[in-house]
Amino acid sequence: MTLPAISVSKLVKRFGTTTVLQDIDLEIPEGKVSCLIGPSGSGKSTLLRCLAFLEEASEGMITVNGEALGFFENAKGVRERLPAGQIRSVRAQIGMVFQQFNLWPHMTALGNVSEALKTVHKVAKTEAEDRAMIQLRKVGLENRAGHYPSQLSGGQQQRVAIARALALSPKIMLFDEPTSALDPELTGEVLNVMRDLAVEGMTMVVVSHEIGFAATVGQQISFLDQGRLLFTGAPSDVFAKPRHPRLEQFLDTYLDRGASMLA
Amino acid sequence: MSFKLFTLLVQASVWTIGISAISIAIGFLIAIGLSAALLSGRRAYRRPAEFFISFFRGVPLLVQLLLIYNLLPFIGLNVPSIVAAIIGMSLCTAAYQAENLRGGFESVPKGLVEAADMVGFSPRQVFVRIKVPIAMRLTFPALVNEAIMILKSSSLVSVVGIVEITRMAQDLASSTYMPIEIFSAAALIYLVICWSVALAGRYGERALPGAVK
Repeated sequence: MTLPAISVSKLVKRFGTTTVLQDIDLEIPEGKVSCLIGPSGSGKSTLLRCLAFLEEASEGMITVNGEALGFFENAKGVRERLPAGQIRSVRAQIGMVFQQFNLWPHMTALGNVSEALKTVHKVAKTEAEDRAMIQLRKVGLENRAGHYPSQLSGGQQQRVAIARALALSPKIMLFDEPTSALDPELTGEVLNVMRDLAVEGMTMVVVSHEIGFAATVGQQISFLDQGRLLFTGAPSDVFAKPRHPRLEQFLDTYLDRGASMLA
Repeated sequence: MSFKLFTLLVQASVWTIGISAISIAIGFLIAIGLSAALLSGRRAYRRPAEFFISFFRGVPLLVQLLLIYNLLPFIGLNVPSIVAAIIGMSLCTAAYQAENLRGGFESVPKGLVEAADMVGFSPRQVFVRIKVPIAMRLTFPALVNEAIMILKSSSLVSVVGIVEITRMAQDLASSTYMPIEIFSAAALIYLVICWSVALAGRYGERALPGAVK
């Protein structure tokens, strides 16, 4: 059995006195698309942000390709925080795509994609831009390289954001509701880019309300509700015969909205 | 009013513009340090900055100028009055600009910083490459505003003996007995300068990289 790309054990996340994630155990298989689904407030985005260490889990451990992320258990079994440099090096394996794109407004599309290569990896400007262009071409935006985010549509911005993450050759890509801020007619172009990535065998973790995408591209589906991971399984188990009552109820709300062809 | 009197006022405006520009620039540099201290988690940095700002915002600039002008020789620093004027104006505008910058830094969307964290920026790189440019864009209009305020406040440095527009106008008014003409001309010159700054500001705002046009 191959090592999971990400392994989460006994993860708990509290904001103050509110527990938003409770005893999460999850393995993200390498080279596959894992989807986190669930109603609003179920904690799926928080879980994804914990995987990126944008939120620090209150308890439990996360390992990325076998390396501890953020915290480790010392010989006495006590949880200790790892130094910032170590967090950065583990994070380097992870690319993140945000709901709000989060492109830097003072840089062009090309600037956004090449910035980290130049600033962090000290790649020469021309080479960094060549490599950035390859990624922009991949998301179909080489002719928008000189545009600023304010001159791009939401779908284009999100594709630039995907290119920005890909430019650093991550092993794992995390998507936090990548189409939720888009007009319905713009979601397709982003989902297509994600589909292409899935075909290439990228390890992906996707938090999404796009049940259609989860059903057709997802290879492992995890269903969260009220901070608990209720079910993880193959899409066929989840969508064809949802056995868990809460999952059934959740899917019904989607089927009611015209997604019945998935059932 | 003769052309010669008007020329004298215009010449005096060089002092107004010069002192204001230098003070804005020095004040800006001090303000960066102050705002960093304000945003610092450490009380030992934050408290002195807060005290500095409440002092320079809470005491009239005129009083500050007179205080600095008299204080410097008292502690053995015999500097020309122009230096005292620039110190006073710089410290005063620094206090205001620091508050603007603090607001700007606090308004940098968290997601933009997270995006930088995710691609491996160090905290310093996040500050230099992301926070500073974005905070600058957010505070630019307030900075232009402050420049205009300082230009007008510079009339106060006449009290420490610098012959800028206002002082020149006073001198000319009392020697020519034409106060209305002279002060109208002075007002016009101030108006033109401030207008130009506002115009340049609007142009600059649109020229910032990535600005919505």
